[in-house]
Amino acid sequence: MKRTVFRSRWLPYALVLPQLLVTLVFFFWPAGKSVYLSLFKSPPFGGRDIFVGAENFVQLLTTPEYYDSVINSFVFAVGVTALSVAAGLAVATLANQKVRGLVLYRTALLWPYGIAPAVAGIIFLFIFHPAYGVLPYFLSLVTSYEFNWLLKGWIAMCLVIVATAWTQLGYNIAFFLAGLQGIPDSVMEAASVDGAGPLRKFASIVVPLLSPVTFYLVVVNIVFAFFGAFGVIHAVTQGGPGGATEIMVFKLWKDGFIGLNLGSSAAQSVILMAVVIGLTMLEFRFAEKKVTY
Amino acid sequence: MLAAERVTVLAAEAEGGRARRRLPWERLLVHALLLISVGVIAFPLYYAFVISTQTVQEVVQKPPRLLPSSHLAENYAEAWQRSRMARLLLNSTIVAVGVAVGKIAISMLSAFAIVYFVFPGRQLVFWMIFVTLMLPIPVRILPTYEVVGNLGWLNTYAGLTVPLMASATATFLFRQFYLTVPNELAEAAQLDGAGALRFLWSFLLPLSWANIAALFVVLFIYGWNEYFWPLLITNTEEMRTVVIGLESLIPRSGTELPTWNLIMAGAMMALLPPVAVIIVMQRWFVKGLIESEK
Repeated sequence: MKRTVFRSRWLPYALVLPQLLVTLVFFFWPAGKSVYLSLFKSPPFGGRDIFVGAENFVQLLTTPEYYDSVINSFVFAVGVTALSVAAGLAVATLANQKVRGLVLYRTALLWPYGIAPAVAGIIFLFIFHPAYGVLPYFLSLVTSYEFNWLLKGWIAMCLVIVATAWTQLGYNIAFFLAGLQGIPDSVMEAASVDGAGPLRKFASIVVPLLSPVTFYLVVVNIVFAFFGAFGVIHAVTQGGPGGATEIMVFKLWKDGFIGLNLGSSAAQSVILMAVVIGLTMLEFRFAEKKVTY
Repeated sequence: MLAAERVTVLAAEAEGGRARRRLPWERLLVHALLLISVGVIAFPLYYAFVISTQTVQEVVQKPPRLLPSSHLAENYAEAWQRSRMARLLLNSTIVAVGVAVGKIAISMLSAFAIVYFVFPGRQLVFWMIFVTLMLPIPVRILPTYEVVGNLGWLNTYAGLTVPLMASATATFLFRQFYLTVPNELAEAAQLDGAGALRFLWSFLLPLSWANIAALFVVLFIYGWNEYFWPLLITNTEEMRTVVIGLESLIPRSGTELPTWNLIMAGAMMALLPPVAVIIVMQRWFVKGLIESEK
């Protein structure tokens, strides 16, 4: 360890102490307690916890509503990821062309990342508003189908997906641009000399060379849709209509803080913990292969 | 083209570091497509702005009016008053700056310890910080709430910020950066009689500003836009942050007058600060996004 040049018995511990305290008090202890609570039934208004083993999990896994929230989470995550990653790649490819005014274009493309999903949701809520929104109005000119998200679950799902994907787009564009800039000009030129057109170059050079970035972004967007997009559901649809947009995190919050069913809520936390651990592991496969980009 | 000619052309192009000159129509096409992308991406914001300048009558008219009207000032003034915007924005600023500065400070310190010291438990500390990546708020929500309650931190700035302050990504970023700082610098500092803290303060900190600025932008946005945590641990109007406070402007029952112009005015005020930070600090923002993931 050539790097280590300072010596002190206590100083390194003092330096890591603030981070460790936060980690232990607000991360490790609560995570452990979540696992503990998931094995107990706790009376909502105090009283002793009763050990019930796997009962909370069995109960969860035998309620159709829980499966609905799992399915909704997957639909939501796949929708957000597919939309924002595909659009991000398309826009980043355009923004990587060598034309004038690129700095301006890039600024004009990245800023939606600053918008909170909940605020984006409120804006899209009005765009989708069945009575006054601009989208249902223009759709009503071409079809008589009623685009009312308050009544139709799939439209509500589209609403929250589009709003969330909109906020994620800037993030994906930034990463794809970094990846694209890592592709040497000489490679693209060699392909041009060999007579490859823009589409051919995109399919045979850009897409394979960007695959590690794409993989990383897919994982990150899924994690975000699972864990970070609570605000858009809470502020816009409240899980409705009829539970159509009730994703796992929203159900966990509702069961725990509204329904005061602590054991079930904790069991849902533990299941989500398994999900996020799995996804983080996946992300680290990317970290190992990152050399490519 | 003769082979020799082609080589010259290629060499000339390589010199400029650019690919073949584009034809005018190709450049026009790229511009057109980029402008369309910008337009599609910006439309929701434009629409929100338009609505925020109209009267309720204009908002509900058909066909929808897609041009700004003249009621900007009065709508913003009323939304400002009704949602107690001053307090909401103040709270969000305190939370966003507090979370960003706190995360940066404690991450700098722990990365410094990990890189510049050998101590029993160093590996363990590193892994503990790493594992926080796998514990987002929802998987530990009830007990964290309980801990904050026991500390008496509900409805306080401490409760809003401290539990969010551990940061694996910021720690990794500083660790990576310190590893690129030449070892000779620390040795020279030591020869001059500087201790570890002096070295951190007078040598490493001045070198770290680019990283600090980059992290600050990303963490500020994270803190400003966090929703789940402030929703749970605040229940007074005085302590709400703006992304939560906004929700209270939305009519939930059919009988309330849908003052969408005011809601959109509120939304514009809530999103302006983080978006302005991104635009003003764009270079740092991109650096912070990309590098904090390495």
